[in-house]
Amino acid sequence: MSEHPSTYDPKTGVEKWLDQRLPIVRLAYDSFVDYPTPRNLNYWWTFGGILSVCLVIQIITGIILAMHYVPHIDHAFASVERIMRDVNYGWLIRYVHANGASMFFFAVFIHMFRGLYYGSYKAPREVLWILGCIIFFLMIATAFMGYVLPWGQMSFHGAVVITNLIGSIPVIGGPILTWLQGGFAVDQPTLNRFFSLHYLLPFVIAGVVILHIWALHVTGQNNPAGVEIKSKEDTVPFTPYATVKDGLGIIIFLFLFAIFAFFLPNSLGHADNYIPANPLVTPAHIVPEWYLLPFYAILRAVPDKFMGVVAMFAAIAVIFILPWLDTSKVKSMRYRPVMRWFFVIFAVVCLGLGWCGAQLPDTPVIPGLPSFTLLDGAFNSYLWLTRFLTLYYFAFFLVIMPWIGLKEEPLPVPASISEAILAEHAKKKG
Amino acid sequence: MSEPEKDHGGEGDPNRRDFIYIAAGAAAVGAVGAVVVPLVAQMNPAADTLAMASTEFDLSKVSEGMQVVIKWRGKPLFIRYRTPKEIAEAQDVNLSELRDPQADSDRVTKGKEQYLILVGSCTHLGCVPTFGEGQFGGWFCPCHGSHYDTSGRIRLGPAPKNLVVPTYEYLTDTRVKIG
Amino acid sequence: MSVFMTKSLTKVLGAVAIAATLTGAAGAYAAGGAEHPKKVDYSFKGPFGTFDQGQLQRGYKVFKEVCSNCHSATLMSFRNLGQKDGPFYDPKYKNPNDNPVVKAIAAEFEVPDIDTDTGEDITRPATPSDAFPKKFPNTYAAAAGNGGAIPPDLSVITKARHGGAEYVYSLLTGFVEPPKGLKVAPGQHYNPYMSGSLATQWSGDPHHVPRGGVLAMAPPLNPGAVSYDDGTPETVDNYAKDVAAFLEWAGDPHATLRKKTGLAVLIYLFLFGGLTYAAYRQLWHGKH
Repeated sequence: MSEHPSTYDPKTGVEKWLDQRLPIVRLAYDSFVDYPTPRNLNYWWTFGGILSVCLVIQIITGIILAMHYVPHIDHAFASVERIMRDVNYGWLIRYVHANGASMFFFAVFIHMFRGLYYGSYKAPREVLWILGCIIFFLMIATAFMGYVLPWGQMSFHGAVVITNLIGSIPVIGGPILTWLQGGFAVDQPTLNRFFSLHYLLPFVIAGVVILHIWALHVTGQNNPAGVEIKSKEDTVPFTPYATVKDGLGIIIFLFLFAIFAFFLPNSLGHADNYIPANPLVTPAHIVPEWYLLPFYAILRAVPDKFMGVVAMFAAIAVIFILPWLDTSKVKSMRYRPVMRWFFVIFAVVCLGLGWCGAQLPDTPVIPGLPSFTLLDGAFNSYLWLTRFLTLYYFAFFLVIMPWIGLKEEPLPVPASISEAILAEHAKKKG
Repeated sequence: MSEPEKDHGGEGDPNRRDFIYIAAGAAAVGAVGAVVVPLVAQMNPAADTLAMASTEFDLSKVSEGMQVVIKWRGKPLFIRYRTPKEIAEAQDVNLSELRDPQADSDRVTKGKEQYLILVGSCTHLGCVPTFGEGQFGGWFCPCHGSHYDTSGRIRLGPAPKNLVVPTYEYLTDTRVKIG
Repeated sequence: MSVFMTKSLTKVLGAVAIAATLTGAAGAYAAGGAEHPKKVDYSFKGPFGTFDQGQLQRGYKVFKEVCSNCHSATLMSFRNLGQKDGPFYDPKYKNPNDNPVVKAIAAEFEVPDIDTDTGEDITRPATPSDAFPKKFPNTYAAAAGNGGAIPPDLSVITKARHGGAEYVYSLLTGFVEPPKGLKVAPGQHYNPYMSGSLATQWSGDPHHVPRGGVLAMAPPLNPGAVSYDDGTPETVDNYAKDVAAFLEWAGDPHATLRKKTGLAVLIYLFLFGGLTYAAYRQLWHGKH
């Protein structure tokens, strides 16, 4: 429990004056200075800070890009190239923003997998988890619209594919599609409104992040042992202990970020997006950005167009209800040896789904191996591999989580964080 | 994670203990400073804007007694071929009469007194003065009634300064580069 | 530290994830059937690469005399030729608009303008601030002048194709006679480095469909077509190498500055990280 009594003591006259009128310094002090933080947090816990830095970077670079970008189909592509060539440091700001989106998703996936492994979604952190899912969903929407803005071939045709999915909703799909596009096809009205919404959503994300941190501070952090804070001995003040560790995590993250932004700036994108959008020519392979590939794979795995859309959204929706699917009394998979293996398989499945999303469905998985045809496709094809992986994805949440929680015999859980730390020390010595 | 055997600076020397924090803090400040540079610099004129910052003009396009107006750095530029009478009028003025005293010879190039190049933006509030109007034969600004003489100097009306003479150089006898 | 997820395992998983998605994405495109581009030992490759100004100058000549007859490069302006790392950069003329070589190159071209006296369309000699003029006024004229195919704009062509400059080089030097059994329509030319799928045009062994595709561009380079003033042999191979290098620069003019800045950033972060790690160890001593 981290609702701790405030220890802020305003010393100067100005501090006292402000504290009586708007206790914002007190709030900052209680939340980020003297805030009791579990002593046993590992580096996976630095990703919250890393994500905040990512959001700030995206917003700052995004606002600057918006000073130079022109949201018109005849000028968008050229305006981005003008940023790259003529705007002072424009190349830097653009590459940071584009690669920043990838880094943002890289960090958010790790952050979510951390939550999964250590049971951070379990009571009393259900609302914290759901707020996180909302942030994730908003990130996907923001990233999708952002990718449309350069108005390259992938921008345009990716927008066509995804907006057409909305059109597949029975009965109301058509009118909604026209409403979304602002016309009969993805065109100028679509680009303009995507630009407006792309500028808006990050601030909505920032608001939900504030709620997310608030919810976190009500319950307090989870920790690798999955046992709640029992006493002050279990904690250290956030500043300087967590601040410095977060800072270190951020620096290492920025190092990886810099490698991409400065040396491999286009490696995570698609060459086709440097071809100006042409509605009359479709690229050979329409592929979304890498962080959307798992969902794209699930979409294509289902033979029916509308059910594919349902499955894709269900893959995100199922994460929201996770707190109620897991029946285990034990939070951290450190003490859940059986569940841990299913988790590892889940992680591999997610990577596999990402891989499948980039392949053509007909491509054989094992080249040269002839196979029989099952229903609508060869068995030795990415189509069927994707289907099996999708099955596991949903089974992990809907079947394995509830069932293993009941059946599993967990390892003995330490009584407190301090005890967990002592056990670690003993293990290291022995 | 901890090695109690190797205790170098944990509780010990405060100077050494603080040094590492100060050094790390200084590095953080340095990083922020380095990051701010491109964020601010990007708002400066971009390379394509700077490319339009100078323009060349062929003076054979102006005939005597007339002016040509071109667009330079987003504003009008007056290039006026003065008649001998206009030049004489400009040179004969008593400088103490001027609100913004400046000799005509300081506003043109020696040997090329017939060509007067000015930014066509009234120094009062920025309207474009009309050619040849006004009491002094130079320009008249219709917005608030400023009168400029044949050297572009303010003589009557609310404008505080003379019409601005931009930086320019003669590349050849008939070609001038402005800006 | 957790039993399972040690820091090293994290790094490995992270690297695997990145590598998998990168190669996965690349794999999807290679499956299109084109031959992998030939390797060229370009000076600009790698994290410390730089452009060879002599090569850029030769490449510009090839671009101007051969490619620009059909291809536009509308995102390029003449002043770009004189900016830092460009083919005609001169440290004496920091502002490329003043660079006399750039001014002379620009003046060779006529660009459309409007006569301010009569309002009529005229053409005038270009200045450094002008963009490279379009060969065709619009895409319809471009298609009409090229048998229905529109020559793509080359401003960012090396960023727009997998393999970049090496792809351009391979394509330009890769034209060969189509193998027997490959039906190539008139006006089309076979090239194993061109992306495409030739299964429907192939009457031979279905398991050995020729790699590559067809394109409307005929082999554009011939030996001796462009004269080189620096003694470099006037071969198709050199023309292709040089023009591809020029196009690489045209698509990514700040590459050298980007890499230099990147190195400085990485070094700074490494040292900063080291300091922060030391601070962390000192601070957390005994607290874990």
